[in-house]
Amino acid sequence: MVQDILFYLFSGIAIVSAVAMVLHKNPVYSVLLLILTLFSLAGLYVLLEAPFIAAVHIIVYAGAIVVLFLFVIMLLDMKKDLEPVRWRRLSRILAACAGLAFLIEAGLVVLSMREQALMAESGDFAGSVEQVGLLLFTRYLLPFEIASILLLVAIIGVVVLARRKPLVQG
Amino acid sequence: MAAEPYLLVAIILFAIGAVGVLVRRNAIIIFLCIELMLNAVNLAFVTFARIQHNLDGQVFVFFVMIVAAAEVAVGLALIVALFRKKATLAVDEINLMKW
Repeated sequence: MVQDILFYLFSGIAIVSAVAMVLHKNPVYSVLLLILTLFSLAGLYVLLEAPFIAAVHIIVYAGAIVVLFLFVIMLLDMKKDLEPVRWRRLSRILAACAGLAFLIEAGLVVLSMREQALMAESGDFAGSVEQVGLLLFTRYLLPFEIASILLLVAIIGVVVLARRKPLVQG
Repeated sequence: MAAEPYLLVAIILFAIGAVGVLVRRNAIIIFLCIELMLNAVNLAFVTFARIQHNLDGQVFVFFVMIVAAAEVAVGLALIVALFRKKATLAVDEINLMKW
């Protein structure tokens, strides 16, 4: 019962702030609304018994990624890009129709799942740090190491891209 | 509790992100919408992990977060480089490769 109330609370906040994020004309507010969405998603993860994922989600997204967005927005002076969404243009209406079509299709798929996807009693299932970490360092050891290489490549790429002068002259 | 509501929330968030990518012109907002879509997929992963009683889904969420972090760093560097070149973030005006 309490879980139901929390679910509706978190999902309501997530959806409302996501819509506001898309529609707000000021990017700073959009980023802050994204943080709100991310926090309520973390609440949903806790309800789904994934506390480790919820914690990592808040730390990585709200702590690192969104801060990076805010830094870039403050770095760039984009006063003339502050335009509200104009719905009159045909392409925008078509985009909304495409989104609606996706919503209906995927919703039908979920609602017509053959077996009722009831969540069984949790039992010993819990996405604790210990269990996820064990899986990460045994079965998923190779992807884990490849991920570190990906991050290294990303760091080098960012440094190259953000340089003021190109690396190779001419 | 049934799992369908969680999946429906994931679908709604993904649709909002997709429409945002199509509707908005500001490159940073488009990027935020991509993040929203990645998060919707993460929610679906965690829900399926819960249904199946299988932690692999949660490990996949972990990897999605890693890729998202790398993608955000590179994408924002691209946006900064673009802003230096064109002094705008409106994607309609970024048409150097348009034939």
